[in-house]
Formats: sequence, C-alpha cells, structure tokens
Amino acid sequence: MKPVAAGADGAGRLRAWRRLFASDLWFDFVHAPVAVIAAVLLLACVAGAAGANWLAPHDPFDLTTLDLADSHLPPAWMADGRAAYPLGTDDQGRDILSALMYGARVSLMVGLAAVALSLMLGVGAGLVAGFAGGVLDASLMRLCDVMLSFPPILIALLIDGVGRVAFPQARDTLAFVVLILAITLTDWTRYARTVRGSTMVERHKDYVQAARLIGVPPLRILRRHVLPNVLGPVLVLATIQVGQAIITEATLSFLGVGVPPTNPSLGTLIRIGNDFLYAGEWWITLFPAIALVVIALSVNLLGDWLRDALNPRLR
Amino acid sequence: MLVYLLRRLGQAALVMLVVGLIAFGLFQFVGDPVNNMVGQDATPAQRAQLRADLGLDQPAPVQFARFAGHALRGDFGLSLRQGREVSALISERLPATLELAIAAAVIAAVVGIPLGVFAALRRGRASAQVFMVGSLLGVSLPTFLIGILLIEVFSVLAGWLPSFGRGATVQVGAWSTGLLGADGWRHLVLPAVTLAVYPLALLMRVVRAEMLEALRSDYVRFARARGLPDRVVHFGHALRNTLVPVLTISGLQLGTLIAFSIITETVFSWPGMGSLFIQAVQFSDVPVMAAYLCLIALLFVGINLAVDLLYAVVDPRLRVRTPAGGAAR
Repeated sequence: MKPVAAGADGAGRLRAWRRLFASDLWFDFVHAPVAVIAAVLLLACVAGAAGANWLAPHDPFDLTTLDLADSHLPPAWMADGRAAYPLGTDDQGRDILSALMYGARVSLMVGLAAVALSLMLGVGAGLVAGFAGGVLDASLMRLCDVMLSFPPILIALLIDGVGRVAFPQARDTLAFVVLILAITLTDWTRYARTVRGSTMVERHKDYVQAARLIGVPPLRILRRHVLPNVLGPVLVLATIQVGQAIITEATLSFLGVGVPPTNPSLGTLIRIGNDFLYAGEWWITLFPAIALVVIALSVNLLGDWLRDALNPRLR
Repeated sequence: MLVYLLRRLGQAALVMLVVGLIAFGLFQFVGDPVNNMVGQDATPAQRAQLRADLGLDQPAPVQFARFAGHALRGDFGLSLRQGREVSALISERLPATLELAIAAAVIAAVVGIPLGVFAALRRGRASAQVFMVGSLLGVSLPTFLIGILLIEVFSVLAGWLPSFGRGATVQVGAWSTGLLGADGWRHLVLPAVTLAVYPLALLMRVVRAEMLEALRSDYVRFARARGLPDRVVHFGHALRNTLVPVLTISGLQLGTLIAFSIITETVFSWPGMGSLFIQAVQFSDVPVMAAYLCLIALLFVGINLAVDLLYAVVDPRLRVRTPAGGAAR
C-alpha cells in the first residue's frame, strides 16, 4: 500500500469511529448496562477463542504433552488442584481451560459460518420472492411455512442424519460441512420471510420505480437499491440467530452427531464430561457448559438490545 | 371454510409426500442390497433373478409407490442394527415418549400460564422481573444443559431422584406404563421437568405479552370505567381474550415436546423413540430413520392442521377469507 492511500484510509477510519461514538446507537449502548456487560463478556469469550493458539496454557491436541498422571485433577483452588491446570483436567490429562478455549473457537466458527451462509441464502431467496412474486414467491413461502412449523433442532437433526447417510465417510472436514449445512438449511427461512416482507413494501416505492424507469436491470435494482433498505431488520435477526446456531451446534455435538471428535466443540466437551458427573468430577462438564451459556446468553442479550434500540416504538 | 379446509388438507398431503420421498431417498444411499444378499460366486443371472424378485429392476416411481404402500401400513422393514421389525421397535418405545411429553406439557401449562398472568399484572415490579429473567434463561439454556444441571443437583449431590431410565414399568396390554408405581413416577420427575422448561418459559412469555396487550385495550379500559372489580377485569375480560393465541402456541409446542424429547431422552437414557432415533442416526440405521421421519412429519402435519382448523373455529374472521393471496397469515 502507498503511504498516501494508507493515510487517507486511516483518516476515513478515524472519522467512521468518531461518527460511531457520536451516534444515537452508541449513546443507547453506553446507557444500557446489560448490553455493555453482555458485550464485554462476549468480547472476552471471542478473544479467548480466537487467540486460543497463543493464550491457552496448554495444547490439548498435542499428545506428547499429555500425562496420564495429571488426569482427573480438580480446579486449581481445590485441595488436589494444581496451578498449571486452573480449571482442572479430564480423564486423559487435558487441561480443561485450554480445551474449552479451542472448543469455543470451533463452536463460534460453526455458528458464524452457519449464520453467514443462511443469511446469504435467506436474503437472496427473500429478495427474489418479494420482487418476482407469482408462483416462485408462493412456492418459496409455502416451503418456509412448512419448515417453520417444525422446531429448528428437529430439522437440523434430520438434515444432519440424511447428510450422514449420504456421506458415510463424513469425518473431519466433511462432518463440518454436513453440520454447517444442516444449521444453514434450518435457519434460512427466517431471513427469507423477513426480507420478502420488506422487499414487497420497498418495491412499490418511488425510488425503485424510478430506477426501473431509467432501465436499471432487475438484479442490479435488487442489489444496489432494495438490498440496503431491507437489510436492517435482518441483521438484528442474524445477531440473535448466532446464539441459536451455537446452541444448535452444541446440541447436535452433545447428541454425538455434530462435529468430529478430533475437533471437539463446547457441546462435545459437555458430552464427554457428562460421563464423569457421577464420579464427582463436575468440572469437566460444568466449565464448558458455563462458557456455552455465557456466549449464547450474551449474544441473545445484545441482540435484544439492538432490536429495541433500532425500534423506538417498542420502548 | 370448505376451500380453506381443502387447501390445508392438500398442503398437508404434499408435505407428507415430500417427507416420504426423502425417506425413500435415504434407502438409495445404503448400497445395493443384492450385493449383500448373494454370495461372491453368484452368476449375473442369479443376481438379475434376485433383483427381479425384490422388485429392484422396476423404475423408481413404482418402487416408491410400493414403499409408500408399505409405509402407510406401518411397515418399514427390518432395523439394520437390531434385525427386528421397525414397527415393533417403535410401538415398544412410543409409550415412554408419550408419557414423558404429556407430563412435560402438563407441567408447562399448569406453571407457565399462571406465571405469565402474574408477570403481566405485576409488570415492572421486582417479583415479575425475576420471573422474566428466569424465563429468558429458560428459553436460552439448551435442554441438555438443564438436564445435566438437574442430574448434578438432584441425583449426584442430593441423591433424591434417579436420573437413569424409566424405573419399574407395568405392561397394560400393548402399553408399558411407568405411571402405576411410585418408582416410575420418581423416574419421571427429572426428565419431565427438563423437557418442560423450554415450553414453560415460552408459554409464560407469550401469555405475558398477550395479557399486556389485552390490558391496554379499549374494552379493558371500558370494563374498568364501569367499575368492575380487578378480578373480573383481569380474568373475565383480559385473560379470556389472550387464550386464542395461547391455544395455538400450546398446540404447536406439543410437537416441539416430542422433538425435544430426543435430547431429554438421551440425557436421561429414557427408553423412548428419541433415543431410538439418535442411535439410528449414529449408526446410519436407515429403516428406523425413515420410519421416525415419517412418524414425526405425520405428527407435526396433524398438529398444525388441527391447530389451524381450531383457529378457524375460534376466530370467525378466518372463515370468510377467500383463498386469494394467502392473506390468512
């Protein structure tokens, strides 16, 4: 990059930050203690997960560093705990804290990927359905009706099951693909519904008619003119859906049909720990569970706040 | 009304057809059954003969029609893993799931509706706030975590309640019930509460929202102006009008209960259909998966149909709607 360009870019970014801090949304945020706490917690979790490679005290996947003599250790503050393993160890001597950070990374990645994919699919379908109308619209919306009448976790389970039968060798990467697709195909209907509704409102407005009149092709109208105007409510929905997707992933992994065991997510860790509950080793399952709840709950709270902040009528 | 009914029936039939196609499609992934049945040295003629005997040489639509015919009679073949009739496996597991789901539904309704009314009437007070935060937790917490927490507290730490299986069951005809003995009831408590948490929290939030809406309405204001006592205004006027949407939600939640029972059954090793299905998914036991798929779809389509029809009965505005534009939603 040339220095001039970088300088201009930096100034632009600075201005963008200033605008953010001066906005109503920021004012709202600072004056909503729940949202601030949720954001801080979430940021801490995301930072811990994203930086697992550097921040985690141990590498739980490096078999050479594991020592069976260190297995079943309780958290550091308990009688037999050791400072090297702040949250204790599991049956193979893995550090719970490290496994948790790597697991949170898997959970967050699957959740974000699934939401991003379903957002694209849903927004695309909703735009087309709302703009085109007719048979296409009717059949797409019927499909959404049917899918929305089933609980999401059930659809995800069924798609996951079908995917597992279709790809029997689904280990490692392919298992992730099946899992992410299952959540994606479950969630897209919500976005499609919302976007279709607002598209139908937008398409009769003057600016769309004007664009059409001067001969802008339909796809370009959708992308450049309609899309920016219908995106607001969907993005709020997507925020809340990230939490939902993470929980769906954890549930599938807990049931043993989610991520491959070589790459445990929070759900997998809870599943493993569940076997040791009766041995009194609650820490193996409790800490991943707390991490999952903190992540899901703070995403939900942030999403709720965002929805209320952007929709003053609700106050 | 008749048009509405026919439209809904047609839609339901279409959904079942699609689900049937998916279930049928599953079988195409298991590999060629002929290869598994004949020996290494079978001649091509023998293979062709077996193929013809099994009807596998016929076009896919014919095969699907045969599959559908069998499925309608509840015949899904043998489980690949257990080698037993799928229908027998399912009818064996059905009572456990139904007893669990009904127990949870009763808990959710009996606790959720009063709590929702309470939260609406005491809006803004600390007590209502506590319940609202609790319900947010109930909606956010994944079912399996609630189960694990309950096991940890009531089984491991306190040792009061069992956390594993159904306990002693009694066979009443084809129905094995755990409700006739104290042991069965004790085993039912934790799974039923676990399963009830989500619908309970949801029901509470819906009742509260609807109730608040009703309390703001003109007829409630008028009822107050007439000097009616609070009790009559709250329960005779406001609550009665909130019950229509509540009815819909509760109806739809019945299906959700059956679906969530997959998770609850796994946590508590409850011998119901859900754990059967999860094992089938883990081992790619296609006949069991196909049967469960069809059964669940039938259940949901049935519930949705019933709720929609009930809705039309309760809400007269729906009856005069013409089929044009699907404006009913």
